[in-house]
Amino acid sequence: MLLELSQVSASYGSVPALGNVSITVGEGEAVGLLGANGAGKSTTLRAISGLVRLTSGTITFDGAKLAALPPHKITELGIAHVPEGRQVFPEMSVQENLEIGSYAPRAKAERARSLALVYAIFPRLAERRGQLAGTMSGGEQQMLAVGRGLMLKPRLLMLDEPSLGLAPVMTDVTFEKIQEIHKLGTAILLVEQNVSRALTLVERAYVLESGRVIMQGQSAELAGNKDVQTAYLGI
Amino acid sequence: MLETLAQAVINGLLIGGIYALVSIGVTLIFGVVKIVNFAQGEFVMIGMYLSFFLATQFAVDPVVSLVITMPVLFSVGVLIQHFLIRRVLGQNDMPQIFLTFALSLLLVNLALMLFSANYRTVHTWYSDEALHLGGLYIPLAKLFAFALAMVLSAALWAFLHTTDLGKAMRAAAQNREVAQLMGINPNRVFCVALGVALALAGAAGSLLMPFYPAYPLVGQVFVLMAFVAVVLGTLGNILGALVASLMMGVAESLGIQFIGADSGLIVVFLMLLLTLALRPSGLAGGRAR
Repeated sequence: MLLELSQVSASYGSVPALGNVSITVGEGEAVGLLGANGAGKSTTLRAISGLVRLTSGTITFDGAKLAALPPHKITELGIAHVPEGRQVFPEMSVQENLEIGSYAPRAKAERARSLALVYAIFPRLAERRGQLAGTMSGGEQQMLAVGRGLMLKPRLLMLDEPSLGLAPVMTDVTFEKIQEIHKLGTAILLVEQNVSRALTLVERAYVLESGRVIMQGQSAELAGNKDVQTAYLGI
Repeated sequence: MLETLAQAVINGLLIGGIYALVSIGVTLIFGVVKIVNFAQGEFVMIGMYLSFFLATQFAVDPVVSLVITMPVLFSVGVLIQHFLIRRVLGQNDMPQIFLTFALSLLLVNLALMLFSANYRTVHTWYSDEALHLGGLYIPLAKLFAFALAMVLSAALWAFLHTTDLGKAMRAAAQNREVAQLMGINPNRVFCVALGVALALAGAAGSLLMPFYPAYPLVGQVFVLMAFVAVVLGTLGNILGALVASLMMGVAESLGIQFIGADSGLIVVFLMLLLTLALRPSGLAGGRAR
């Protein structure tokens, strides 16, 4: 397994956020983390990135334990986290945002090649390379956030609600791009509220509710499940 | 009349360069580390005493002694971040405010104990020299100080915009959490921010030495101006701090020239009050950098 969470619990202060979450992502696999707002999906990603401390459980990445590492060390292992709400660096240009995405030593040497790849996947970013990131549209900022994650040459790309706040047509474009990146061999951990859309992209998924995994399975299996259909697909 | 005005503007710009070195340091620390360094003026004072002793003991020209004061104060900044500021980050504002305030008091009183309250001056070959352009009078020592202040500001700008470490500092200033997700070690970036800011304060001290006396409380003169410039120029905005420092130097000088010798600070603080009333986020407005 590339990534393995085993019985992970975490809390914000005294408020429990995750309870015994166990999930895995294989090498080159695309996995979904689905559920309603507040189910603990973002917290799971934040726990993997080291932004939230675990109260119990273990997280291993390619055999290495992550729990004791600070966030920047976890990034250096090749885990790119594209945060919720895009969070590009607003007062830096598009190109500077991408360059800083390859700040980690493992990515710095490959910067020119990564930049060419990102600009090939997102030609729009190449057109706007000199523009301040904060002045771009939401969809463009989302492309930049994903591109910035790619600059790390990640072994695992974690995406937190990439469709959030985007028009349906931009959501389609974003998901096509993610699919394209996945086909290049990058493992994906996708957090989405848009369950039906996510299930078309990922191979497997976990459904979270109140910080716990309540269901898991192959995408086709989940899409056909009565409970999932009524709770998340509006069928 | 026109000549008097031009002379006052020149005097203001020249001293404004020194204000800029101090205020850029304050705004850099605020922008990146998100703390207010009340002790910034004391590092100007330390830079002055360092230059004073290098000049009197080893006959090093104060301006040349930059090459010593800047690295020394850079190291001091790194140590202060690593051993003091790091421990209070992430807590509420009070420990942060009291930490740098206490540091300021400690340094002033240490200086009083070690060096006494006497004024210390260094006389160089250019201390009394001046350029005469038409009817205008430009003291060489202040011209050197201004020119080097501008060179150092430009160098900082280039560092922040062309190097990876500089870009990492800007990234951390704009979004600390996401900067960590880029693989940036926040403490490392904060150490560099403190180091650079203190190095600039040290440079200001060295540049002042040929025309300004060193004494334990000298930092307060400059830190006061620096804080006004930092607010005027929008907190965290380096270019804003630079421009505001020059404006304040000019405003102070015009006040002294046309209103009265003691009015300089009054004019500056009137500017501050007006700015806060009309544009509370500073002249540059909006977001920091």
